[in-house]
Amino acid sequence: MTSNSYFQIIVYIVTLLALAKPLGWYMARVYEGESVGLNRLLAPLEALLYRLSGVNPKEEMRWTDYTFSFLIFNLLGVLAVFALQRLQAYLPFNPQSLPGVSSDSAFNTAVSFATNTNWQGYSGEVTMSYLTQMLGLTVQNFVSAAAGMATLVALIRGFTRRNADTIGNFWVDLTRSTLYILMPLSLILALVLVGQGVVQTFSPYRSVPLIETVSYEQPKLGTDGLALQDAAGKPIMESVEAKEQIIAVGPAASQIAIKQLGTNGGGFFNVNSAHPLENPTPLSNFLEMLSILLIPGALCYTFGMMVGDTRQGWAILAAMTLIFVALIFVEVPAEQSGNPALASLSVDQSATVSQSGGNMEGKETRFGITNSALWAIVTTAASNGSVNAMHDSFTPIGGMIPMWLMQLGEVIFGGVGSGLYGMIMFAIVAVFVSGLMIGRTPEYLGKKIEAYEMKMAAITILIPPLVVLGGTALAVMIDVGKASVFNPGAHGFSEVLYAFSSAGNNNGSAFGGLSANTPFYNSLLGLAMLFSRYWLAIPVLAIAGSLASKKIVPVGLGTLPTHTPLFVALLIGTVLMVGALTFVPALALGPVVEHLQMIGAK
Amino acid sequence: MIKSLKAAIVLFILLSVLTGVIYPAVVTGLAQLLFSQQANGSLINDSSGKVTGSRLIGQSFSSPGHFWGRPSATGPFPNNAGASSGSNLGPTNPALIEAVKTRIQALKDADPDNKAPIPVDLITSSGSGLDPHISPAAAEYQINRVAKAHNVKPEMIRALIDANIEDRQWGFIGEPRVNVLTLNLALDALH
Repeated sequence: MTSNSYFQIIVYIVTLLALAKPLGWYMARVYEGESVGLNRLLAPLEALLYRLSGVNPKEEMRWTDYTFSFLIFNLLGVLAVFALQRLQAYLPFNPQSLPGVSSDSAFNTAVSFATNTNWQGYSGEVTMSYLTQMLGLTVQNFVSAAAGMATLVALIRGFTRRNADTIGNFWVDLTRSTLYILMPLSLILALVLVGQGVVQTFSPYRSVPLIETVSYEQPKLGTDGLALQDAAGKPIMESVEAKEQIIAVGPAASQIAIKQLGTNGGGFFNVNSAHPLENPTPLSNFLEMLSILLIPGALCYTFGMMVGDTRQGWAILAAMTLIFVALIFVEVPAEQSGNPALASLSVDQSATVSQSGGNMEGKETRFGITNSALWAIVTTAASNGSVNAMHDSFTPIGGMIPMWLMQLGEVIFGGVGSGLYGMIMFAIVAVFVSGLMIGRTPEYLGKKIEAYEMKMAAITILIPPLVVLGGTALAVMIDVGKASVFNPGAHGFSEVLYAFSSAGNNNGSAFGGLSANTPFYNSLLGLAMLFSRYWLAIPVLAIAGSLASKKIVPVGLGTLPTHTPLFVALLIGTVLMVGALTFVPALALGPVVEHLQMIGAK
Repeated sequence: MIKSLKAAIVLFILLSVLTGVIYPAVVTGLAQLLFSQQANGSLINDSSGKVTGSRLIGQSFSSPGHFWGRPSATGPFPNNAGASSGSNLGPTNPALIEAVKTRIQALKDADPDNKAPIPVDLITSSGSGLDPHISPAAAEYQINRVAKAHNVKPEMIRALIDANIEDRQWGFIGEPRVNVLTLNLALDALH
């Protein structure tokens, strides 16, 4: 690693942590219903939304009503996105006259965006009309993120209330997250991104003459539109010359801004943030990368403020940051070390002042190794899943670390809202484990953690591994699962494991070689996303309801303080132990074997 | 139950209009007003006003008199900006090694005297398949071939490269790089 590499990483981390407090403070005020600077502008709009939809913002909900509202709202989202994709051929804002999307792909994408996973089974510029991108995908980018934040806030209220039977109003939390937090930030980010070169237009794709004519071979088609074959059954090829190129454009910046801020990750274009019109400059890359972790990081401070002890928030942020930073310094050197198979071919893979060197297959020159590897860690620490380099072409270790970060349960920052509520589940397990050690009923933030909370927390921690490992096992055992694998050998297994790790933890990034746009993968991964999102969110809301009804236990001699370095270590240990014990065997079959093969080959 | 169903449906429609219609429309309006060049794809016009490409979209070059860009894995032809794609070849996939060997051979055939090691970005396909840039090292590697094809001194070509190097943004973000399209347009303008 070069000194510039260290410097860029440090600037990123420092900026991220510096913004946690101001934004976290702002969000806490938004959720506590206090006035913020934007009130004058947005309060009338907020009131109008409530009036038209018949919501009484003062009315509180029990956890069951809160959950019902959350689920019904998500169901509407799935239906709307599904319908838009199926019907886009008959709807406006479709300048490329793209046809309707297949039903299995439309189901997968609808679930993917409503669950804040944003797994991208489709190729944006050749599949989705502008209308689908805006009214379907962009909307879900906002509201699925807002729903995650609402769930978190409900959980926090569970800790702060005593002897209460309500945990807030879902419609208010949803609306305020969207109006006061996500929309203003997205508007600013989108405009800055356009300034850097991200496209934002309703015009059709541009046709531009090429400077050099490109000739290529393609199968010759008969009058019936089918490929002609010679006597041996091979397709007859014809030479074609391309004198023009079609440049795909569209309303991209508005979607990319919320795609990053809401930890969504589904790209406007097929190659996501590697596309020069989606992420054109190093600065746009820095800002997009910053927006991925901005809200998840700041929510830790919001949490601390709302429970009345900011040290609690800092402790959780510290645990997240320590794991995050450690893995960056595994990932970047792994990619910088390059591909040993190219070393004998008179290829220069060293880092010098005039090139970044390293494993450049699937990476963009403007980002080089440092920003591609850093992005991979950022996007999989958060449940974002956008990519600025092709993870399938990473070195075995470079591909394993992002995969493992997802398998840890998306709690190292994680998704907006979902990351922190996932981490709080681990904190509950951590205090339980330490409670067992000293033989006391465990408590967290003044609330006794009893059998009911532990059962719910255990569900949230056990469901994702079950989905990931079960799904992978099924896919590699049957032919339709194996047929989609692209790379041979151990790497092919990694592709499948990565796909289920991604869907089973609502991340959305992929080893793109896997042909996942098939009825089998679209359905199975769609189900994985549904299970992982709702079988986490529902137990979390159940805990919120149960905690809210409890009284607050005063701090005593036997209380484990949860803001100390000891607790940070305990929390890190819990996350890593669960993640390691569950997934090391599977990882050994994929990336570890491939790494040994790679360094062993002569 | 009925009440929350009504709230769900109405609020869903209202938030959809807000975030899926008004928000993108406002961004588009402001973008076209403030940054119309960038918002429409950063297109480059020649002296007669004809569009010759986008500053951000790499084109495919294979003649000895032009600088070559990053290899591209898009189909059906390289640098197809209508269907971005990476190769997704894994590091131990024999197909990757074969592709790299073919690219090395093409570079060596075009410039047999050049014995320098080849910068890695010149023989590995980019993530998007549309990377408009190569590293300064990759441009440097091609100087002799291009100079010979144009029958000019290498120093002249080197000066053109230097004029087209984009440094790290703000001095430290990203990597230094050369825009292949603008460099080749500058080359063509030599004549």
